Amino acid sequence: MIQPRDGVARIARLGPPLTVAILAGPILAGLAGTILPAFGYLPALGGARLTTDAFATLFAMPGIARSATLSLTTGLVSSGISLLLVMLFVAGWAGTRSFSRVQSMISPLLSVPHAAAAFGFAFLIAPSGLLARLVSPGLTGWTRPPDLLVLNDPAGLALIAGLVVKEVPFLLLVTLAALPQIRLTETRALAAALGYGRIAGFLYLAWPAIYRQIRLAVFAVVAFAASVVDVAIILGPNIPATLAVRLVGWMNDQNLSMRFVAAAGALLQLVVVLTALGLWIVVERAFARLREALCARGTRLRRDAGLRHASLGLMTLSGGIVLAGLVALGLWSVAGLWPFPQPLPSTFMLQPWMETLPRVAGPLATTLAAATLSTLIAILLTLLCLLRERDTGRTGGRKALAFIYLPLIVPQVAFLFGLQFLFLSVGFVASFSGLVLAHLIFVLPYVFLSLSDPWRAFDRRYEAVAAGLGKRRWRTLLAIRLPMLARPILTAAAVGFAVSVGQYLPTLLIGAGRLPTITTEAVALASGGARRTIGIYAFLQMLLPAIGFAIAIALPALLFRHRRAMQS
Amino acid sequence: MNGLTLDAITIALGQRPLLAISARVAPGETLTVMGASGSGKSTLLAYIGGFLAAEFSASGRVYSGDAEITSLPAEDRHAGLLFQDPLLFPHMSVAGNVAFALPANIKGRAARLEQAAAALADVGLADYGDGDPATLSGGQKARVALARTLVSEPRMMLLDEPFSKLDAGLRAQIRDLVFAKARAAMLPVILVTHDEADARAAGGPVVTIGEDA
Repeated sequence: MIQPRDGVARIARLGPPLTVAILAGPILAGLAGTILPAFGYLPALGGARLTTDAFATLFAMPGIARSATLSLTTGLVSSGISLLLVMLFVAGWAGTRSFSRVQSMISPLLSVPHAAAAFGFAFLIAPSGLLARLVSPGLTGWTRPPDLLVLNDPAGLALIAGLVVKEVPFLLLVTLAALPQIRLTETRALAAALGYGRIAGFLYLAWPAIYRQIRLAVFAVVAFAASVVDVAIILGPNIPATLAVRLVGWMNDQNLSMRFVAAAGALLQLVVVLTALGLWIVVERAFARLREALCARGTRLRRDAGLRHASLGLMTLSGGIVLAGLVALGLWSVAGLWPFPQPLPSTFMLQPWMETLPRVAGPLATTLAAATLSTLIAILLTLLCLLRERDTGRTGGRKALAFIYLPLIVPQVAFLFGLQFLFLSVGFVASFSGLVLAHLIFVLPYVFLSLSDPWRAFDRRYEAVAAGLGKRRWRTLLAIRLPMLARPILTAAAVGFAVSVGQYLPTLLIGAGRLPTITTEAVALASGGARRTIGIYAFLQMLLPAIGFAIAIALPALLFRHRRAMQS
Repeated sequence: MNGLTLDAITIALGQRPLLAISARVAPGETLTVMGASGSGKSTLLAYIGGFLAAEFSASGRVYSGDAEITSLPAEDRHAGLLFQDPLLFPHMSVAGNVAFALPANIKGRAARLEQAAAALADVGLADYGDGDPATLSGGQKARVALARTLVSEPRMMLLDEPFSKLDAGLRAQIRDLVFAKARAAMLPVILVTHDEADARAAGGPVVTIGEDA
């Protein structure tokens, strides 16, 4: 094999080391920057010797054990329900028409930022929310909003439900991506011929291979759910709040000595996430045992119609809840007079929009700029890595994949906090480039995961043909491969853009409150009751990614409107 | 015109040797390489063309005329490739596909399109230039792929079972067209196939690889 010595190869060589540096650098540095203050070392705040005082203060905080437990249980339960639902649904329905219908309803919901989905959910289930209005006073007799603690309930049930409806689209999508690994039609036919029910046949024959493929994504979901901040602020319990929410409070406390406690708490959060993952692995094993035992006994589970229809119903419900929540957001943003229990506002007005828009301009510009820049850099780095992959003939395999997932599994609070300290000490905090870098850490994995499969699936004989025609590699890349992959590249960009728009914690911490985005502004409104303003911010939050995806679909369709093979 | 010389070429996948071959192909002549699928006959073309995947190891030299091309990158070898699939670039027009292949020394958009149109007329597709490649029939696509290869002024043609996906009637027609054009351009051709009829139509020497001989 001839070692490529052309310009493309030379530049592509930079891809992997740069990507590694961007993914691992901030995480390692950030973790160090968290560990040191947790043990009392932070010269800037007068902490010069190592102590465990911060931990003593942390554990003396009222309700700290409950906060940590809440993080653990809400994380595990929401991930468990989501995965179980997606698994049963795929097992019962993959390959059917109903499956495609639900899939096309749920997939777009992936682009809805967590905070927007959570607000929508809150607007739906609150005592004065859309659901209560729809059934009142007819079914309930309520003429005033009931005094029920539906939102922010102490057990975190609303938080769990809010996380489930947002995790389901993600898990469904990664499962769909793994589905080509198995020969669905043949597997189904084989299982049916042997007399197995649809769900049992799928779980015995196909699920283990699929789960192996999606396991890291599932870990990311568990880690995220056990350390989420924005959704927990909006839907989670208040007294006490989950650990991650309290941490962020301490990090922004006027009293700077609370930073030591926050750092110690960030380490506790890391332990909580590791515990959650550990328990998850135990459950994984137990589930595998159970499946093997049932399989070994030849349990057919043929009467699974009830379970199948339940999974279909719940999936539809889960998607419907997010959609209805978005409608509620939109309605509130233009609602004039809307007395309880009317299901629709009696008057509509644009005044809140008019009043809010001038104030939105700044955060909107920051959101767009950070999302565009971080996405462009992520696309570029991903392309370089993928080009390099071709030159070396290695994909990096599982190790590289675990690496890509690193920023999605290490809890954000645990290293962003330390990163904020480091940025502070070099005067980088609240700088726009710092914000872009912080977003890039989370945008890059999603862009890479979204683009790598279509890139690798490209028929390389096209490039061989072009090279045989005497075209340089640059030319082949620009004239053949990139245009032919325009659709997946733009889709990956839309994914990256959506991820950046939705970032709450990195924006809050690295922007130090001085670089507000639509997302941080929206979450900041959560504790107040300004439904119209929340509606506007959350609506914008959901609109931006939707515009991104619309462009990703429309642009290639327009450019290649006369090319039939480029249409799908 | 230059012939093509394969000097002691061996290709292996890991520890498993796939093939070993030495041959000389005169200008206008076709060497047919036969072998069962999985015998590695396509990797021979990949090695000659300069796009062998990194997981294969290979040795031996390739000469075009007197010039050794073994260490040249693929784009400097000028190997006209035809695969099982026509592999027309789906985002370009039919004429765009052919124009893309024209050498850089033909300057100007109008001149290039004119040349492309002439090349298309030459394979009986005079009016199809503006069309979408996806709307062509299988035989038409194969003709465009041939025209695209010929205008690039290749030094050799490497054919990887290019007729196997065409139905029987069309197959003979396209096969005759390809061999006639290659002979007219005095190009050395290497054809890999597992179809005896292809080998007979090619008319040149036949070697079989991948068997323990």
